[in-house]
Amino acid sequence: MTTNAFLRPARRHLLSIDDLVREDIERLLATARSFESALEREMKKLPTLRGRTVVNLFFESSTRTSSSFELAAKRLSADVMTIRAAGSSVDKGESLKDTALTLNAYDPDVIVIRHEAIGAPQLVADVTGAHVVNAGDGKHQHPTQALLDLYTIQQEFGRIEGLHVAIVGDVLHSRVARSNIQALVMCGARVTLVGPPTLIPRGIEAMGCESTADIGAIVEADVVYVLRMQRERMLEGANYVPSLREYTALWGVTPERLRPGQKVMHPGPMNRGVEIDPRVADSPDALIEAQVRSGLVTRMAVLYDLLTHGPVVVPTAAAMEVA
Amino acid sequence: MLFSRNGYYDSRVIEGARVIDPVEGIDAALTVTVENGVITRLEPASARPGFVLAPAFVDPHVHLRTPGREDEETIASGTGAAAAGGYCAILAIPNTEPVVDSAAVLASLVEKAKNEALVPVGFMAAISKGQQGTELTEMGELAEAGAAGFTDDGRPVVSPGLMRRALQYSPVAGRRIAVHCEEPSLTRGAQMHEGVVSAELGFGGYPSVGESVMVERDLSLAGYEGQPIHLMHLSARESVEALSRAQAGGVQATGEVTPHHLCLTDEAVRSLDANVKMSPPLRSSDDRDALVAGLRDGTICAVATDHAPHARQEKDVPFEEAPFGVTGLETAFAALNTHLVGPGLISLPTLLERMSTGPARAFGLEPPRIAVGAPANLVLLDTEAAWRVTEDGFRSRSANSWLLGQTVKGKVLMTIAAGRVVHE
Repeated sequence: MTTNAFLRPARRHLLSIDDLVREDIERLLATARSFESALEREMKKLPTLRGRTVVNLFFESSTRTSSSFELAAKRLSADVMTIRAAGSSVDKGESLKDTALTLNAYDPDVIVIRHEAIGAPQLVADVTGAHVVNAGDGKHQHPTQALLDLYTIQQEFGRIEGLHVAIVGDVLHSRVARSNIQALVMCGARVTLVGPPTLIPRGIEAMGCESTADIGAIVEADVVYVLRMQRERMLEGANYVPSLREYTALWGVTPERLRPGQKVMHPGPMNRGVEIDPRVADSPDALIEAQVRSGLVTRMAVLYDLLTHGPVVVPTAAAMEVA
Repeated sequence: MLFSRNGYYDSRVIEGARVIDPVEGIDAALTVTVENGVITRLEPASARPGFVLAPAFVDPHVHLRTPGREDEETIASGTGAAAAGGYCAILAIPNTEPVVDSAAVLASLVEKAKNEALVPVGFMAAISKGQQGTELTEMGELAEAGAAGFTDDGRPVVSPGLMRRALQYSPVAGRRIAVHCEEPSLTRGAQMHEGVVSAELGFGGYPSVGESVMVERDLSLAGYEGQPIHLMHLSARESVEALSRAQAGGVQATGEVTPHHLCLTDEAVRSLDANVKMSPPLRSSDDRDALVAGLRDGTICAVATDHAPHARQEKDVPFEEAPFGVTGLETAFAALNTHLVGPGLISLPTLLERMSTGPARAFGLEPPRIAVGAPANLVLLDTEAAWRVTEDGFRSRSANSWLLGQTVKGKVLMTIAAGRVVHE
């Protein structure tokens, strides 16, 4: 416990990258690195959060985020339960507030929530006693995705400061883009948004980034971050792009539009052949699998940080007797 | 056009207040005597500090939720809230369940008001049947049954053809057409103002032009037909500028603005508090400046609360799932006294005029005034009293106020409406 622990609010949450300052991000990435080396051992489980309870509350479909939170909690020896909206009392019309209050009765230490509505994690934070982690709320924020992306970039380049990251595609509907812009700018990276003008939100430059409709701009970047073309979020008849075919022709990330050595990232799930050419996705310069691996240690770091406030101390082998 | 419980009249002597009446041109320390509901004496006195007596307020935009959602508001609770807020008259919006689009529905409301309404209430009727935007209501018959005006508020009149017909026909009814200006194809999926904050938070944006293109259209139609028109809940600079141009060009156009648009900006939405979610949305500080300036110079003649009660369980959800609208009757004066008069953005007499005479004239109602022989419609204010807005302090059935938990300055001490003391 650090000496100034009393200065911190009693209960911390990770609802938005806005909840963090640069030092927090650096501490979280350092913690994730210590966990990564710990996981290289044969015995992968750490006793750090033994006796703690983590509830994963997923109202939207998710494979990588929910599985990585679940595994992260298990690697830290926490008790974890994952609840999905389908088949739960949500199906019977229960409100989010009541679902949260019901779970709160078990006194969970952390509630990880994914929900389609902006503000859902805030509501859960307001009505429960748990630390709340936002695992994606509507088009708003997905802070652990940004942290794992920064971790991946840091591992690859050894730094974030001074790098140039181009984020390509449907920024308007992307919580991943919003969290990444905030985190990257906070850590000193230059961020350029590239996409159809209809899918770049008006006024977003106020977040400290640049924007352009010219796909040619990606060639200058160190990292090209490709967003999923979120067809399921497109309101019918909204005419953001005339067709997916035209989108791919004008903004698809192809080998021809990249220069050798440029790193490519994608939060998944990918639409191969739409926003990303399969040759790019499968190239050695793609960091997409590394992102998934980073997700585990980054989420371990987030859970650990919320519950301990301190720098991580990786236990010695002798201390690692796990039930 | 206004209906309330009748029966008795009150008598009171209101001693030593600063009496401000923009209609009569009074700003003096007086003692005012009311006998049997009529003002009978005005005598010089020394004023108690902070005590202001003014013509009571008129709110042209109140959702009474009756019929259909009496769990959120009734005529009794809504007029009770109006009394607590200093109002002597309110106009109810017809977007109820069912919509007030026939003389039969209107007549049942009038009957109810005669039994329940603490403060005189006028009922607006819909412009189009079922507010569907396709067929005009029977405006003549509705006016005869007591309609105070016509509006499809809650939704725009999308068809310019229907809007034109409504304006053309409105002299038959002799009542004002009031419009909710919104171009729906520009506001689909909108949760808040489109700008820097919506870009950052990821909310669907309601651009300023989503309002102002409709303002321009309706002003053009009103000018072409030579008929008066009232623009409801203006929120954008472009709308205020369009209104000002139209007025200069001779269009008989009036406009209203809500306390929340005058006090807050879209920055407030960062809290993700469902009680700052309303339509039209809170806009940028530049828009807010234009609204304040428009109210000050009279381009906008009326403050309207757009009091929109919502059941607790409906607002107790994530921001994105919450319905639009906030309450306002009981906090309007305090909010504006705190956020506009306090910092010197508008003078107290101007604010009082825009809350009383302005809205009354816009709808052809007799403006409340302070003169010997006039019916007593008075509000006694303590402009210095600070109080905390809490959920249990409301007379409204709903508590979805953006001011919850905040401390404001300015208290309504007494309201006299149509000669009766309705709040003390």
